[in-house]
Amino acid sequence: MTDRTPIIEATNMDKFYGDFHALKDVNITVHKGEKMVVCGPSGSGKSTLIRCFNGLEFHNSGTLVVDGIEVYEGAKQIRALRQEVGMVFQQFNLFPHLTVLENLMIGPMKVRGLGRTKAEETARKYLDRVHIPEQADKYPSALSGGQQQRVAIARSLCMETRIMLFDEPTSALDPEMINEVLDVMVELVDTGMTMVVVTHEMGFARKVADTMVFMEAGRIVESSPPEQFFTNPSSERCRLFLDQILEH
Amino acid sequence: MSAAPDTHQPRGAALRQPPAIQRFFGSTIVSVLIYAAVMAAIIYGSFTGAQNMGYNWQWHRVPQFLWTFTDDGIEMGEMFYGLGVTIQLSLTAFALATAIGLLIALLRLSGLVVGSAVAIAFLEFIRNIPLLVLLYLFYYVLGPIFGLDRYTASVLTLAVFHSALISEILRAGINAVAVGQWEAAKSIGMTTGQTYRYIILPQSVRFMLPPMTGEVVHLIKSSAIVSVIAVAELTTIGRNIISDTFMSFEIWFTVALVYMAVTLILSVGVSFLEKRYAVDQ
Ligand SMILES: Nc1ncnc2c1ncn2[C@@H]1O[C@H](COP(=O)(O)OP(=O)(O)O)[C@@H](O)[C@H]1O
Ligand SMILES: [Mg+2]
Repeated sequence: MTDRTPIIEATNMDKFYGDFHALKDVNITVHKGEKMVVCGPSGSGKSTLIRCFNGLEFHNSGTLVVDGIEVYEGAKQIRALRQEVGMVFQQFNLFPHLTVLENLMIGPMKVRGLGRTKAEETARKYLDRVHIPEQADKYPSALSGGQQQRVAIARSLCMETRIMLFDEPTSALDPEMINEVLDVMVELVDTGMTMVVVTHEMGFARKVADTMVFMEAGRIVESSPPEQFFTNPSSERCRLFLDQILEH
Repeated sequence: MSAAPDTHQPRGAALRQPPAIQRFFGSTIVSVLIYAAVMAAIIYGSFTGAQNMGYNWQWHRVPQFLWTFTDDGIEMGEMFYGLGVTIQLSLTAFALATAIGLLIALLRLSGLVVGSAVAIAFLEFIRNIPLLVLLYLFYYVLGPIFGLDRYTASVLTLAVFHSALISEILRAGINAVAVGQWEAAKSIGMTTGQTYRYIILPQSVRFMLPPMTGEVVHLIKSSAIVSVIAVAELTTIGRNIISDTFMSFEIWFTVALVYMAVTLILSVGVSFLEKRYAVDQ
């Protein structure tokens, strides 16, 4: 499924928020089609890392190349980059003044320049893909959390990007809705899309991850295939963290 | 208000308000009664005062300035003509003020050092000049230079003056939209312009409507000031009628009522709009 072509490549990446050192000498490579799961304690820099990947944040030193585009603050190609990298947020961030269908159509129409008919066709296709075609004409506020997050995934899919980033997509959900969202994400695995998922859902991680990454205090502490990661992590910190979250 | 805990009040029997009295004066019925009593006192006072001055009330001569009935139906009087000019003047000025206000707001939000400096300089300039002086500047200074007639000078004065407050209203409304909306729009590749147009501004409307209504009401009222350069709007017309008829009490009361009627209708209209924009959010 994954070939060995790098699609995201970070080298010696550092990121500061004012004086705060949020990413410390991060080196990481994601290959085309790879599914990477990132975990680590709260505040360890997971969100910061993946937000750098689509130019929502910018690193301060080192290099970052995503889908052939060198990412840095003020780069002309940032918008081109964002069109190729989708993102799903913890808080869904749907557009509350638009219906579900309009939420899905606005990107293809305004950014990709698709006509209304074609955009609606695309929107309905991906709404089917996340199993809520019947919600098309509702406003986001009328949907459950799980449904909203599936709409958010569909909105990202409508842009037909090669890379998708997920920032704790199930953390804001009631427990009974977590699986409906994870199921949709598992189904995406076979599309060959490159996925970087920040999550603590280790069941999901075991099922889909090609690579597991553990972060702590702005550093990547462990990066290994799941077999090794779950059975024999090289760092003590990572083992303790896994013990903690696997107890639940 | 009556339910507010009184734990923050200073100790001591003399300072502590018995909640029963607060409740009494805070209730709607009592407030309305007090209001009615005060208004009655003012009206009674002015009428008896006028009587004592020997003022000759001639209310029956007022309606002709509002409307007259002819064989062809109703014909609008001078005051309605003046009201028309007031409304046209106010709407034009408001449209222009909103455009300038949006520009200023976006300059301040742009994060560009020069942009925000220009915007802040403009805001401070406008804020610290009396409206009347601004009008004189436009009419007596810029007027001759740029060939502005009194109407144009009035529109520009009102627009520039109100654009300052409007830009603050727009900025607050824009900032009230959750930051996640920006991130979502960026992450699907929208430009800043598209994000404002399709995502941020439509959501800001509901935050902006109430203060914007206040600002339109404020603008309609302050448009009366252009009567000092004799633009033929409601206040000027009122003054002209008085100089012909000497009915100053009746005409000023009527002018005041016409302004009140317009601004009240506007407020009620907008509260309906607000309900509409509140839906589905
Ligand atoms: N915009 C910001 N300004 C200042 N500090 C920030 C900002 N965003 C994140 N941080 C800090 O950076 C650290 C890493 O944050 P984050 O990447 O969100 O961690 P995680 O997603 O792993 O919980 C945290 O200590 C957080 O407080
Ligand atoms: Mg996070």
